[in-house]
Amino acid sequence: MIGYALRRLAQAVPTLLVVVTLSFFLMRLAPGGPFDLERPLPPAALENLRRVYGLDQPLPVQYLGYLAALARGDLGPSFSFRDLTVADLIARGLPVSATLGSLALFLALALGIGLGSLAALSRGGVADRVVGLLAAASLSLPGFVVAPLLQILFGLTLRWLPLGGWDGGAPSHLVLPVITLALPQIGAIARLTRTSLAGTLALPHVRTQRAMGLGRARVLAHALRGALLPVVAILGPLAAALLTGSVVVETIFGLPGIGRYFVDGALNRDYTLVMGTVVLVAALVILFNLAADLVSALLDPRLRLGR
Amino acid sequence: MSGTGAPIPAAAPRRLAPGRLALGRLARNRGAIGALALLGLIALACLVGPFLTGHAPERSYPDLRQLPPGLAAQPGPERLRPALDRLAFRMRAEVAEAEREGATLRLVLRAERPVDPRSLVYLPRSDLFGEPRILAREEDGRRLVVEVPVRRLHFLLGTDVHGRDLLTRSLVAGRVSLLIGLTATLVALLVGVAYGAVSGFAGGATDAVMMRLVDILYALPFVFFVMVMVVFFGASLALILLAVGAVEWLDMARIVRAETLALRRRDFVRAAEALGLSAFAILRRHIVPNALGPIVVAATLLVPRVILLESFLSFLGLGVQEPATSWGVLVAEGSRAIESAPWMLAGPASFLVATLVALNLLGDGLADALDPRRDA
Repeated sequence: MIGYALRRLAQAVPTLLVVVTLSFFLMRLAPGGPFDLERPLPPAALENLRRVYGLDQPLPVQYLGYLAALARGDLGPSFSFRDLTVADLIARGLPVSATLGSLALFLALALGIGLGSLAALSRGGVADRVVGLLAAASLSLPGFVVAPLLQILFGLTLRWLPLGGWDGGAPSHLVLPVITLALPQIGAIARLTRTSLAGTLALPHVRTQRAMGLGRARVLAHALRGALLPVVAILGPLAAALLTGSVVVETIFGLPGIGRYFVDGALNRDYTLVMGTVVLVAALVILFNLAADLVSALLDPRLRLGR
Repeated sequence: MSGTGAPIPAAAPRRLAPGRLALGRLARNRGAIGALALLGLIALACLVGPFLTGHAPERSYPDLRQLPPGLAAQPGPERLRPALDRLAFRMRAEVAEAEREGATLRLVLRAERPVDPRSLVYLPRSDLFGEPRILAREEDGRRLVVEVPVRRLHFLLGTDVHGRDLLTRSLVAGRVSLLIGLTATLVALLVGVAYGAVSGFAGGATDAVMMRLVDILYALPFVFFVMVMVVFFGASLALILLAVGAVEWLDMARIVRAETLALRRRDFVRAAEALGLSAFAILRRHIVPNALGPIVVAATLLVPRVILLESFLSFLGLGVQEPATSWGVLVAEGSRAIESAPWMLAGPASFLVATLVALNLLGDGLADALDPRRDA
């Protein structure tokens, strides 16, 4: 098990290398640079700036330099936030995004699995149809439509919750962003749980358990263990979706998270900031994929032996 | 063996049966048929609608900014008087009387000095009035009685901050969104089907390498890449199409590979191989057509995802750029004006959400209809 985990961790290194290489050369090959301002800088100053940040060197040298720094854990200085390193910015933004993301993940899993189980247990019934409809609706409602609607309802009309801002992570500021972020994932997980659980409940061993007089709750607990495998398997894509969604949510609600820094960095052609956030996001997604595989292996012994 | 010809006509319809059965099941699925009808309606409206609304998508009416949606003809009484006062100020006159009778307005202008009749040209120049006609000049021209037709404009979904008709803009935006959805899906479809079929058919080490690449690509935060590309290379329609298509082919490749692996062991494929057909011919004639069901389902469900991704990019200002517009752009504009003009969000968002719901319902319906485990 530990050997398997280590092997998977080692496989993540080439993936990260692909991310770094792709984003590095994509950005550098594009026209424009971080010091293109409305009023062009005098050539001498520009030359100086480029030398300070090492942009005057040939691309391969810069690339190797970046890789070497990255291996030491140094993400470099930010170009647009003067006097701050990318690591500083990530240290500021990550707690915000992590709070949002983990709460949304928890909400999505709890509600998604709960509603999905409800639908599977009443297959073909009213609850099944209602959950199916809600799931389809939540999958078709983009976050950038949901967020303003929530803002109107709870912020402007009812005045229960603030419209946006972070305010040190006060709970009232978290409610709307977390709901917006979790909503499409609730639908996705509910559907997946329903399909998988409905299939499992029709299996012979579940019928046997029922025939032997096991209570509904016990049967459900047994069936869920197997039925949740597909849900665990999408943990990686789920993390990616939450990270992507956080870009919109942080923009709309004005939260100082990683997604916001990424967009700002990209718009300002802040090479190191964009690289840093992309590498971080890739690392997180890879980590979640890995965690999903490990949990799957724990739940399903066949997967352990298979590899 | 009484008649050698008899089994053949009996077998022919049975060969078509799975497809027929699926179509029959789809036709009985009221949700899916409704979704299909709604999609057709939206597509038709986007195609021909902009010619019928009576407004060009770029035409702005500065006097009719942020009108709420409604059936009433504009300008309504509450918009007419302020607009008249503004125009009269330009003509260096005052509105003494204004009386509306149907489509015409009887206007009495008054000023300290004689009103120059040429200044009446301000009236037709504004968006609200037609050619004026002078009925009477009184008090040496200091009092002017004018009759001017009032235009009757309709804005069913209201207007935006520049006074542009939101219905027309939503429909024109729909063209772009639907076009991107279909084209990018087509790109993903072609790449994914080709990749998956080749990988599944080749098998062995080739398959392992090709699928390992897909696994690596799966782990990449692709949307972030798309954003980086769009920001750094400038947002052109072609780039968005390419980027979205390049991101979304992975699922298709996996589905097609799984189908190919299953089909490859079937007798008719082995027979085709034994007959000496080339790999390409087998893929084209036997593998891909037999995997069409899951491909169609995946493609149908891909279209809403692509539209969502495009509107996501446009919402962040990284997608479709002015003067072109898409639902994402309009929703972004709407959410910025949410406090003063919530209908700017409501109109375009309804189009977007209705399309996404319909596509998802249709995809689910297709998946159900093509599921061989389901009873007919």
